[in-house]
Amino acid sequence: MGLLTPVRRPFRALSETFVPETVEMGDPGWARLFEIAEAALRTRPHGVQRQVVLLVRALDGLAFMRHGRSLARLDPTRRRRFLESLQRSRLLLLRRGIWGLRSLVFMGYYARPEIHAELGYRARPEGWEAVR
Amino acid sequence: MNEHRYDIAIVGSGAGGGTAAQELSPLIRDGLRILVLEQGPRLLEGELTGREIEMADALYTDGGGFLSAEGTMMLAFGRTYGGSTAVYTGTSLIAPERIIEGWGVPGLTHEDVRARSERFASQNNVHYLDEASINDNNRLFVEGCRAAGYEARQFPLNIKGCRGSSLCNLGCPNRAKQGTDQVQLPAAERNGVEVVTRAEVTRIEDHALYVRVTEKRPGEKGAPSEWAPGEYRIRAGIVVVAGGAVGTSALLLRSDLPARLPRLGEGFTCHPAHILVGEHPHDITNDVGHPKSYYMDRAEEEGYVLETCMYFPFVTAKNLSGFGPGHSRLMRAFPRLQMILVLACDRAVSGNRVSVDRGGKPVVHYRYTDEVITALVRATRAAARIFLAAGAVRVHAPSADPPLIEATEADRVDERVDERHFRPGTISVVAAHLMGGCGMGRTAADSVTDGWGRVHDIPWLRVADSSLFPDALQINPYLTVMALADRAVDGVRRDAADLLDGWRPDEPA
Repeated sequence: MGLLTPVRRPFRALSETFVPETVEMGDPGWARLFEIAEAALRTRPHGVQRQVVLLVRALDGLAFMRHGRSLARLDPTRRRRFLESLQRSRLLLLRRGIWGLRSLVFMGYYARPEIHAELGYRARPEGWEAVR
Repeated sequence: MNEHRYDIAIVGSGAGGGTAAQELSPLIRDGLRILVLEQGPRLLEGELTGREIEMADALYTDGGGFLSAEGTMMLAFGRTYGGSTAVYTGTSLIAPERIIEGWGVPGLTHEDVRARSERFASQNNVHYLDEASINDNNRLFVEGCRAAGYEARQFPLNIKGCRGSSLCNLGCPNRAKQGTDQVQLPAAERNGVEVVTRAEVTRIEDHALYVRVTEKRPGEKGAPSEWAPGEYRIRAGIVVVAGGAVGTSALLLRSDLPARLPRLGEGFTCHPAHILVGEHPHDITNDVGHPKSYYMDRAEEEGYVLETCMYFPFVTAKNLSGFGPGHSRLMRAFPRLQMILVLACDRAVSGNRVSVDRGGKPVVHYRYTDEVITALVRATRAAARIFLAAGAVRVHAPSADPPLIEATEADRVDERVDERHFRPGTISVVAAHLMGGCGMGRTAADSVTDGWGRVHDIPWLRVADSSLFPDALQINPYLTVMALADRAVDGVRRDAADLLDGWRPDEPA
């Protein structure tokens, strides 16, 4: 079982908010995103792994308390505003938490070579020879 | 536990350890045995692919994601054969006189640091890149500086045969960067120095290092260790520690040392930095060509330095503020992005330090002083003006809210970028110039070592890396680290006869 399996739905909802293009992503894309994010988490201490899962659950619960819906059922605009408000929280812990989850999602999405091609990222070992 | 004896053991193979290894290697002709222990792997030909995550995992501690204790800054430091010299951009500056003299370390003069730095600059092929090799990202910085009234200066670089991959920070796939992995360590090995990779030194006791050699995991990059996996006890007449500001401080903190060193781990500085991007209306060459050819130095006057830079998609995404459609739109503009790194010249202050947790792992405590925040804000304002003067249509500035500044707001930069928007935990701050923790000075009351890297009251233990800096250097530290390592070696040579008297390895070479 993957580290994020217990929070797969809310984590996917968070991903769709952080990187809206993921909404269009098929199953292989999601599988790769989770694979990269979980591989990164596996290199971290168990305590950090538990904290990440706990944080996703806490955000899901907070969304329910505030809006009466879980993250996955919240409409995209309200979900984005909800997360933006947390990112501006007075609590450093919350701001750090959002920053960390955002980084994990960005890694899962932007580290993939197929996305590099879409972005027009051209860095190659051949350098100038590849573009001239 | 396996036991070995050496005359000299060096911990770390970066700018400090690699230099020490080379400079001590002639002693092998006198029959001495010298060992270098490197925590990271030795990468093989063809393994430097330039792919972001796999190279970061292979070359950096925690894949480049080492977080400060407060969780508000990411520290990047190498963990491979050659240490951080394998992952920096090769910028090679000589320490300013005002800094070295300002440190006030007895016996340490700027003239000495300069002369040694120049020797290593020559050895590592430091020179200026020719005009034809400068990419748009750097050219626009020069043009923007000129138009905005700033002075851009060219970086001397230690490269040979650079093809302009722009992948320096992921380990040059063409081995063009002349770090210790390319110059000093191979020379040391040719002279008979033994280098053992995947060898983590867990603690030091009286003339003894406890070392854990780890197995290469399936799928992991790099050669297996030169030694069989397992626990080792290395006896050495002289120990030179060069594991970097974090590694060396943490190692000494978890060691059972005979001297009292109240300053150990203190005085940590790191030049906290932001990555800023400016979006141009057309594609530019940013991800091809050497990424860091120019800088603008306002350290003395305003406490900051700007450098050109180019980062990879994930690092760029992480360093832009926020998320959602605005963030995505900027990422989709990647081929049009100009990038500038803004660095604050922080000072050694109480509380910013290296410690270890209960498991002995390093922990870096770092709080932003008002001076650092002001310097980052001033630097951001200057960078924004440079971007806009160079023709950018908008600028992403982390300490502006909202972070995008349009060209039409050029006259409102001072108002838009402000200290009140610097919110730790929301904006990304990175640091790659890690310094201090074992600062040089007079006595154990004010420092950890003397001006030759000799740990106070422990003559057999030397330090030879950036942890020696009593305060921030305000420039890229590598040449200065090499110069200080060279000084430490002079001290070792001078004291070797006494320290090694009666000390001979009892094993055949």
